[in-house]
Amino acid sequence: MKAGKLVSFFLAGGLFGTGLAVSGMTDPARVIGFLDLFGAWDPALLFVMAGAVGVYGLGMLILRRAKNRNLKLPSAASSPIDRQLVIGSAIFGVGWGLGGFCPGPALANLGALRVEALLFVPAMAIGTLLAQRFFRADR
Amino acid sequence: MNHYTLWHALVGGILIGLASLLATVLSGKIPGISGVFGRLLVAATPDKTWRAVFLFGLIGGAALSFALWQSAALFRPMRPLVVMAIAGLLVGFGTRLGGGCTSGHGVCGVGMGARDSIAATLIFMVTAMVTVFIYNRVAL
Repeated sequence: MKAGKLVSFFLAGGLFGTGLAVSGMTDPARVIGFLDLFGAWDPALLFVMAGAVGVYGLGMLILRRAKNRNLKLPSAASSPIDRQLVIGSAIFGVGWGLGGFCPGPALANLGALRVEALLFVPAMAIGTLLAQRFFRADR
Repeated sequence: MNHYTLWHALVGGILIGLASLLATVLSGKIPGISGVFGRLLVAATPDKTWRAVFLFGLIGGAALSFALWQSAALFRPMRPLVVMAIAGLLVGFGTRLGGGCTSGHGVCGVGMGARDSIAATLIFMVTAMVTVFIYNRVAL
């Protein structure tokens, strides 16, 4: 892969990490505040999702319409909603509610060397390896 | 920038959407964080370089933002460390089994209107909310 393309990947990652930090999603209290419907509910995550989903959805729509042959875009076709998807997503939700971290914010907090992230990320790697090893879960 | 508002949430979300769009165009794949991370751990993955570079960028961008803006640096730990370790295990396992996380399913999949991603997102939102509800009533 060309160096210029790798620089672009680094910048895309940098933009992603900046977005996570600016949006407040790296703060587990804000995430758990959103998930706590019956507490002091914090709507911030909804605004983050609205911004991200809106831009991504609109952007993909425009890119697909452009029909540029050099542009290789992933399929938007849905995979079957099977038992793995349902059970896996349910387990992910339990972990998300327990910790207030999903994968992006957990990695982002490595940037501040926070002990929560330093513990969470290796545990996440172990969980990932278990799923990949025993359930061939590499969708 | 030091006082957090819902504008920060919206602008941060837009940046996440743009970053995902850029990574999609560059890789030709759906750049969900759990998938980018998970496939780095599979020996047979042929395209490890961009995945590693993208994730280093993510960590670097966050580190820079933490240093620049107080509102971004706010971090309020909510759980004991042992709970964080268990949570990490479940997040790693569940996202791989379910084929995505808040970014791959939640942002990209939902953004493209994929039915499986919409289902996955509804499921993990609900189980996360139920988990918080129960945790708040059971934990000491």
